[in-house]
Amino acid sequence: MRSYYAANWASFTFNGLLSWIQQYQEEPQPKEVQDWSSLLDEGEELVYLSNPDSASISNLQVFCFTSEEDEEEAQSSDLPNPTEEKAVNEDTDVKPSADSNEEATTEKQETVGGAEEEQLQVTPTEGEEQDTDKPHLSTAQSQLEPTRKRITYAHLVKEGRRFNIDLVSKLMYSRGSLVDLLIKSNVSRYAEFKNVTRILTYRNGNVEQVPCSRADVFASRQLSVVEKRKLMRFLTSCMEETEEHQAYSGRPYLEFLCDQKLGDNLQHFLLHSIAMVTEDTPIEEGLAATRHFLRSLGRYGNTPFLFPLYGLGEIPQCFCRMCAVFGGIYCLRHSVDCLVVDKDTNRCKAVIDNRGQRISCSHFVVEDSYVGKKAAAPRRLLSRAVLITDGSVLPSDSDQQVSMVTIPPVAARYPVVKMVELCPSTMTCIPGTYLVHLTCQSAGSAYEDLAPVVTRCFHTPDSPDQENRPSVLWCVYFNMVDGSGVELEGHGLPSNVYVCSGLDSTLGHEYAIRQAELIFQKILPEEDFCPPAPNPEDIIYDGENPSTPAGEEDEDGAGEEGKREQSQTQE
Amino acid sequence: MHGRIKIKSTAQQEEEKRKEREKKLKIYVSARDTCFSKVTRVLLIQVVSNHQVLFSFLCGLCVSYLHSMFLLDTHCQRKEGILDEEALQVTQQLLSSNPDFATLWNYRREILMHLETVKEKDEVQKIYEAELAFLESCLKLNPKSYGSWHHRCWVSARLPRPDWSRELSLCDRCLSLDDRNFHCWDYRRMVVKVSGVPVAQELGFTDRLIGSNFSNYSSWHYRSTLLPLLHPESPESPSPSHEPPQPSPSHSPQTQSHRVCEEQLLKEYELVQNAFFTDPNDQSAWFYYRWLLGRAEREEMISCVYVSRDEERVAVAFSRPVNAQSVSLLLVLDGQPQKVEWKSVHPRFKHSPVCICDLPPGTISDITNEHNLTVHWTEKYTHRDCALYTGRTESWCRDSATDQELFRSELSVEKTSVLQSELQSCNQLLELEPLNKWCLLTIVLLMRALDPLGYEKETLAHFQTLKEVDPMRSAYYSDLCSKFIIENTVLKMEYAEVRVFSITDKNLTTLCHLDQLLLVTHINLSSNQLQQLPPQFAMLQCLEVLEVDNNRIENLEGVYHLPKLEEVLLKNNKISALADLQPLASCPKLRRLDLRGNPVTQAANIESELTALLPSVTDLLL
Repeated sequence: MRSYYAANWASFTFNGLLSWIQQYQEEPQPKEVQDWSSLLDEGEELVYLSNPDSASISNLQVFCFTSEEDEEEAQSSDLPNPTEEKAVNEDTDVKPSADSNEEATTEKQETVGGAEEEQLQVTPTEGEEQDTDKPHLSTAQSQLEPTRKRITYAHLVKEGRRFNIDLVSKLMYSRGSLVDLLIKSNVSRYAEFKNVTRILTYRNGNVEQVPCSRADVFASRQLSVVEKRKLMRFLTSCMEETEEHQAYSGRPYLEFLCDQKLGDNLQHFLLHSIAMVTEDTPIEEGLAATRHFLRSLGRYGNTPFLFPLYGLGEIPQCFCRMCAVFGGIYCLRHSVDCLVVDKDTNRCKAVIDNRGQRISCSHFVVEDSYVGKKAAAPRRLLSRAVLITDGSVLPSDSDQQVSMVTIPPVAARYPVVKMVELCPSTMTCIPGTYLVHLTCQSAGSAYEDLAPVVTRCFHTPDSPDQENRPSVLWCVYFNMVDGSGVELEGHGLPSNVYVCSGLDSTLGHEYAIRQAELIFQKILPEEDFCPPAPNPEDIIYDGENPSTPAGEEDEDGAGEEGKREQSQTQE
Repeated sequence: MHGRIKIKSTAQQEEEKRKEREKKLKIYVSARDTCFSKVTRVLLIQVVSNHQVLFSFLCGLCVSYLHSMFLLDTHCQRKEGILDEEALQVTQQLLSSNPDFATLWNYRREILMHLETVKEKDEVQKIYEAELAFLESCLKLNPKSYGSWHHRCWVSARLPRPDWSRELSLCDRCLSLDDRNFHCWDYRRMVVKVSGVPVAQELGFTDRLIGSNFSNYSSWHYRSTLLPLLHPESPESPSPSHEPPQPSPSHSPQTQSHRVCEEQLLKEYELVQNAFFTDPNDQSAWFYYRWLLGRAEREEMISCVYVSRDEERVAVAFSRPVNAQSVSLLLVLDGQPQKVEWKSVHPRFKHSPVCICDLPPGTISDITNEHNLTVHWTEKYTHRDCALYTGRTESWCRDSATDQELFRSELSVEKTSVLQSELQSCNQLLELEPLNKWCLLTIVLLMRALDPLGYEKETLAHFQTLKEVDPMRSAYYSDLCSKFIIENTVLKMEYAEVRVFSITDKNLTTLCHLDQLLLVTHINLSSNQLQQLPPQFAMLQCLEVLEVDNNRIENLEGVYHLPKLEEVLLKNNKISALADLQPLASCPKLRRLDLRGNPVTQAANIESELTALLPSVTDLLL
């Protein structure tokens, strides 16, 4: 029974995450099957759903490498504590109420004066605001250095509500289907975004910046001019299908890259950081990924990616908000126990929640974990790690970088890892820390897969020699189900019950959006998917419209994401 | 369909929008009327029309009339003390919907200037600050409004306590939104100048702009103006020209010190190479590169003085074209200043690198006399002597020219080693991009600066490629190639010390550097693609034999008053009318003319007409 929206798409404060962890670490209580047959009418039967929670998250392991005690704070309590002071200042700065936040964004748009290409509100990552803050921040930090070596666990807990930690780690391609949908549907008005400012890669034991945009290539110091030319030439040439590409049809992308005589540097960048594919990916897929990357480049900034302020958990929230405006209802702490199916028509007429409330419905969308067969073949898993660190993996002039780091297999049989490092200005962590997400396809448990990467890129008790790398203060490892491997059809369910998968392992949102659109079209084949929401001034509020009867909220025209939330949160 | 929010239909929305527009228009019109009524109290606009186009057209007509009325009236109003904040209010209302209404800005300035005289300094500061804030809203409406930017300049200049750093950051913001907003560039230059922003900081600004987008001429150009200020050429290297005591207006201060010290130059070469290797098709970087490679300025001097006893004529060649009528030349013959009339070699152009004058009859005609001639170029403090010895019919004095002095192409003077390494990088790029025209062209220029004769073969091959990859500009490349071939031939002629000039079968399309051929007696340009002998051709004052067989010549304008010309061989050209041969009549010694294979020979009575036109010709081939 969840007390939060969006299932595994949810975002937590630090404290929220701790209780989420606690919940999973407790032994799952066997579910009591209650008999709701008394609620049935004639010609109806019950179909029981299963409990999803126990299955979707596994191998949860938590480590705290920072002092659990509050000793340093205690020590310095008689001194004027700059940490605290700063934290308070920042607090008033960064956590405005929802309203004033929205005002700020509209203001920003006005100053932009229509020059921005689309309606997405992308705040300049290293813009003026940051610049003005920087001197203040750095002086504060240099003062802090002697007194505060590390942020304590107590401090993390105390400031916990300022973290926004996603269970899923994804980015938005600037020309991906999620961005298109946000713009098309006007849902973008509920969120703000930041550009990922740089693409990094782990190579030969070092973290390096990957030059991917024209400006990056121009400014790069690690590439020779000849390499610059080769890279730009390659990137330009692969935008179009050539005969040369066709000649490599079916062979690995890597083979094609090798034959281009690009040199190790460029080959690494192109394979791991731009296409983000593996060494055996076929050329078609490699080129498609490269093109997707390049198409998104330069729309909003120097990298192809956007990240929503306050975390990815904002995205389902935004669709929910839109849905709610049009009458959608959300119920927390309710789970659906079973479906009421009409025997004659084989349609789901209603659902019954865990409190025995019968709710009529004409359509029912549900995540696969409610209907999955327990004994099904072992599902594909993702390995995830979330780290709170005290510094960036690649320090630079600005301490407000949002970095996407691609990490090729650290050794044979290890997976490719994608790492996203978020700075405090993304509103996901507190000043002085970075929030790092690692994701890969599971080969073993999350810890087995990702700990080798963590010890290579960070300073932990397991990697005491890495002193010049940022320290991990706290981290959690867990596995979750990879939704892309889930069978959505053939559960033998009533025709008006639609199954959607959980999240998938890819970096973008294409898979989820496509699925949402498909389900929407099945339910409402005549309707446009997520049409632009009308402007508030175009809505008629004359009270002609009687209030909506409960239980039919599914029919409103709001976002499919929103609808999925409904089904998932009814626990 | 319950649960669905009712949305206004399109027609409803349209109607509302229309009403909204109408309302706005009404407000606008009434505000403007108030504004003008304050002026003339005559409301000439009774047009209450929804047709805004017609309306603004009428407005335009009225504005100038109103403006004059308005100025008259401001005096009355000032007397009455009506120039007040209310008028500011009204104009603000108008300008905030249309910031391009110049008359209203003027009116505002009138009012503000008036307020300045009656208010305390602090109040004035406040009023102007409010004005700046208002202007920002106008710029949001139209970031390229002339009126708004101009008014901002004006306000900034009058503000008692200006906040320049704020203005600078406004510019930064505007340029980050549109790095080609030249209004903003202009305003920024003003701010930088007035507030004395350090040059180094500005250079850092161009670093930033170029870093974010190097395809921006404005940033590169700005850089080229800043670098010589920040890193001037080291003083020990000789200055290319002597500063005259009274700087002439044509000589802007920039040309004096537009060179950059070598250390910085090397850094710039690296920067710009990064740009053109990243995107070799972007011209802005190449243009900046051309600027970096520099442009040598030739010393201003008299390069040659020629005197001919038979014609009693003096010809003077300069290192750059001069105006024959106004150039301050003084001819001293045997210690006696002579009063002569300097003229250009052809009436078609006033500026020419060669000037001629006729000496008073009889002054040097006696072959047994020796004469000493000095030509002074008084404004440049330079002169050249020439001695005409006994028994000689002509004489000259000139520098023995070298390639360095004659043609540095457009590139300069940097150390050979630097140019050599630049050539290497460009060749490297060419290997990767064999068809890039910018790279090819730059290589050609570098080769010319390094060793024009040594690289001749490669240069010609590159021109061939250029014409193929950039057919739209093939004529330009042909002309440029012709220029280089002529330069090379001039050099070879110099080294051989002969007075014969010959370029045959080289696809020449144009003639240039003809001033270098002042002393040439025989010229052979046969089998090229020439279409004319241009007026500059008249600089060949010593020419006796002209061979231009097998070209496409239609026009002989330049064969004009050539005193020694005897033979003109024009076989197989495109001379079609007798009138085209008219210039030849001005050459007194012409005796042989070959016109075979020209359309003009088909004309009736051509022989007799030619005899009439050119009586001196004894040997006519048709």
